[in-house]
Amino acid sequence: MPSIKVLAEREEKGVRFTGGHTLCAGCAEPMVVRTVLNAIADPVVVASPTGCLEVATSRFPGTAWNVPWIHVAFENAAAVISGVEAAYKALRKKGLMDRRVRFVVFAGDGGTYDIGLQALSGALERGHDFLYVCLNNEAYMNTGVQRSSATPKCAAATTAPVGEAIPGKPQERKDLTEIVAAHGIPYVAQAAVSHLIDLANKVERAMNYEGPKFINVLTTCPLGWRTPRDSAIQQAKLAVETRYWPLYEVIEGRYKINYKPKERVPIEEWLKTQGRFRHLFRDPRGQELIAQIQAEVDRRWEALLQKEKCFGAGT
Amino acid sequence: MRKAITGHKAVAEAMRQIEPDVVAVYPITPQSEIAEYYADYVHNGLVRTELIPVESEHSALSACIGAAAAGGRVMTATSSQGLALMVEVLYIAAGLRLPIVMALANRSLSAPINIHCDHSDAYLARDSGAVEIFTENAQEAYDYTLMAQKIAEDMRVRLPVIVNLDGFTLTHTVQPVDLLEDEVAKKFVGEFKPIYPLLDVDHPVTWGPFAMPDYYFELKRAQQAGMEAVPEVFLAVQEEFSKISGRSYQGFFEAYKLADAEYALVVLGSTAGTAKVAVDELRARGLKVGLLKPWLWRPFPAKEVAEALAHVKAVAVLDRAFSFGTMGALFEDVAAALYPLVKRPILTNYIYGLGGRDTTVYDLVRVLEELPKLEKTEWALRYIGLRE
Repeated sequence: MPSIKVLAEREEKGVRFTGGHTLCAGCAEPMVVRTVLNAIADPVVVASPTGCLEVATSRFPGTAWNVPWIHVAFENAAAVISGVEAAYKALRKKGLMDRRVRFVVFAGDGGTYDIGLQALSGALERGHDFLYVCLNNEAYMNTGVQRSSATPKCAAATTAPVGEAIPGKPQERKDLTEIVAAHGIPYVAQAAVSHLIDLANKVERAMNYEGPKFINVLTTCPLGWRTPRDSAIQQAKLAVETRYWPLYEVIEGRYKINYKPKERVPIEEWLKTQGRFRHLFRDPRGQELIAQIQAEVDRRWEALLQKEKCFGAGT
Repeated sequence: MRKAITGHKAVAEAMRQIEPDVVAVYPITPQSEIAEYYADYVHNGLVRTELIPVESEHSALSACIGAAAAGGRVMTATSSQGLALMVEVLYIAAGLRLPIVMALANRSLSAPINIHCDHSDAYLARDSGAVEIFTENAQEAYDYTLMAQKIAEDMRVRLPVIVNLDGFTLTHTVQPVDLLEDEVAKKFVGEFKPIYPLLDVDHPVTWGPFAMPDYYFELKRAQQAGMEAVPEVFLAVQEEFSKISGRSYQGFFEAYKLADAEYALVVLGSTAGTAKVAVDELRARGLKVGLLKPWLWRPFPAKEVAEALAHVKAVAVLDRAFSFGTMGALFEDVAAALYPLVKRPILTNYIYGLGGRDTTVYDLVRVLEELPKLEKTEWALRYIGLRE
């Protein structure tokens, strides 16, 4: 498993993702991108759909990418990487490629949970050999914090504002990790920017498998979550501690929860630190809504425990 | 080698001979058989192509873009709604200067849904930045598929090329087609030379960057330069192809009995075959009529079209699609082409054949017979075979 030392050495040896991009101060995305790229020893080709990462790293004539990188559109990163990987296979068959190259997608939740879901599902079913990393910051942050299907219930978003009639997003977030797992691909995981070594380990384990690999990484957005710029790590950590965002893997169908918080930290502890949930603590309806959110967090956590019990490594 | 095959098979055979590295394709009537034939070639080991059986046309072209940027030669095929779904990324394929060749089995666009031929799908791609070629029969569809690859991949062009063939009329009918020997076709198309491939991992390149007002305009201007290079390349490729095939392709369009014609038709695709019979019938009756059938529609060869039609008294331009709210797109191309002339032919515009409505020799004879009665250019649509 890659230690901090190994990751740091790789970073020094050849920077794959450079500074000088225009991602916001406090944005968690670069940490995830660097960690993932440094956890892969082979040469990589990266595809990204439209989104924060794409816009902030590829403004012509500059680029933050020191690896081959392609952006085509919003909904098709999985299809684009399918084509890149297929061309690689074809050129290898012809004897024109002798090096091992790995393929990685970095995509936001909008480009993954919503507009890109069809292309992702198609690429997973076809079995292309690639790693798909969802930088899940839980809304369309690039276009100004509009709600996505990854946005948590009650969070304020510009298309789900806190109004007199409706307090933020009425719906629960989609459980995309489970939807991806249902494709029966070799490797699926959830990770968080707060647990970078866990993330690096997951990337390394994932890359041992031929075929599609998917890691859903909770990636704090201080702008959209309305949290202090120096709080990205704490925010993600609290999401893990409250069991809102469990760290787990589904390897060849076997569930493994990587971290089980010893104490049940109430979801309120996470919600109250973020401006997007501030209304829950001011509005008289807030306590009931928080209870609903807690109930769903508990339900999902219990379901995950059951899955680990029924389909765990030991079964 | 002459074979009796469908337009589908003719295109699929050209694709087999080109043997692209990647084909990403999604089924749609009337294109599906191209995908089926090619899947057969792959599954029987006749080609080394990686076939990506995508989940939509949007992903078909997206995968083609990824594969082409990676450094592979790629092809696809579609029709109608499939092209409509692709349009977003078709513009991107052109903007990224990727030489992707696509057969377009022309079919009407919904609504109402209809599976038969018209050119509304081809017209939808008109401003995409893709080169568009129209073919009259299966032979031309085969020949131009081979030529399209060479045009697309020319270093001066590097743009996607669409080869249009009329759905059902050409795709599903068995016609005699002369196929080149495999080695001759392969030698003609040549090896693919990728530019800045993603898979050259030692020389990392950023594809599809974000360009703001300070650069966007210059990048689009460079794309227009690629389009402006097409005519010269098109003629050179035709010349080379004519030599190896023994078939004569000269120019951006076929001028059929046009040199001394007083009245003429301008029409795209398979209807040109019907138009030739109509021209012959009227010639037999002593009427000096002719036909201009564009092969190259985008870029539009305005200067050459104007020269070819300058001497004609009146021209009927036939559009197999509406451009709602204005005249037919081909009509507007021809009208604009003729504008610089001091003495211009009289023009009229017919919409015909929508949703597979049959256009007969008699219909076109009548159109030609109407032309001498015109006193001035009409800026109003006429229709062929429409119940009103």
